[in-house]
Amino acid sequence: MRLSYPTSIKIIRVPCTGKVDVIHILRSFEKGADGVYVVGCMEGDCHFNKGNFRARKRVEQAQKLLEDIGIGGERVKMYNLSSSEAPLFVEYAKEMSEKILELGPNPIKEAKKSLRGQNEAVSG
Amino acid sequence: MIVAERKPIDEIIEKIKDYNKILLLGCNECVTVCEAGGKKEVGVLASALRMYFLNKGKEILIDEITLERQCDHEYLEEIRDRIDQYDAVLSLACGVGVQFMADKYLSTPVYPGVNTCFLGATEKRGLWTERCQACGQCILASTGGICPISRCAKRVLNGPCGGSTNGKCELSKELDCAWQLIIDRLKAMDRLDDYEKLADIKDWSSDRAGGPRKVVREDVQE
Repeated sequence: MRLSYPTSIKIIRVPCTGKVDVIHILRSFEKGADGVYVVGCMEGDCHFNKGNFRARKRVEQAQKLLEDIGIGGERVKMYNLSSSEAPLFVEYAKEMSEKILELGPNPIKEAKKSLRGQNEAVSG
Repeated sequence: MIVAERKPIDEIIEKIKDYNKILLLGCNECVTVCEAGGKKEVGVLASALRMYFLNKGKEILIDEITLERQCDHEYLEEIRDRIDQYDAVLSLACGVGVQFMADKYLSTPVYPGVNTCFLGATEKRGLWTERCQACGQCILASTGGICPISRCAKRVLNGPCGGSTNGKCELSKELDCAWQLIIDRLKAMDRLDDYEKLADIKDWSSDRAGGPRKVVREDVQE
């Protein structure tokens, strides 16, 4: 099954979504990511029992924080699928990609660019 | 431990918005356990604040340090050589840490990043409840190890009051009646006779009624 998904998506592998913390999601945005989604195993199927439930809670925390600081909580989402569901993986990737295209680029990226431009103008 | 809760981010932003260099100072003790002001919360808040200000077109320096404690000279001294680099300190320690910081570094503004709530226990992750009001005259010996000062809304010494129904307080159906808990525990220990003894009038001078308190131990002073 050689399925393709949007090339804009960069996959970061973790041993379990329970490893993902709020700070990892926030740092991604600080570094310029336009969106972050976490794909965990089906709820109830976690090898470590609670990993994907913990991930969901942290995704919700990150959503709230990003909403509070004006970046937008919709840029973060949690999905669940089983490892054999490649077509669903592609569907989620496309859904997220479209959502981000609709929301536009991460405002932090733009702000950094414009600040850099101002600094260069001052020093030049 | 001292239980605290992070302040709403809007309130924090309002206080620090005019500064350019901020030290975000966490504490490794109580506020770490109640997930309000430890190293992890410092990292998350620093990242969120940096992004907020960048989005508003302002690049702000936020350094992150988490001290072992903010309520002891020796740990607070660790930042003495770098404190002048910052316009202000945002402390995620409890009110004690914030005040100790203010005492020690007279010319550096310090802002609290958490609301200090009470002395309590971790019932389970994400649920902390009050257990002590530091009244200075512990009566737990006669109340089966359950404190009516901190756990009864009326601080009744010979309870329960008339508001106790089915073991719950009239304030809320979810709030246990402390005196019901005391009776249940005395019964379990076969000490219900203790319940019959009337409590003496409590000396509240050691509570806040007597003004700010101190503990002096000359035997351990240097």
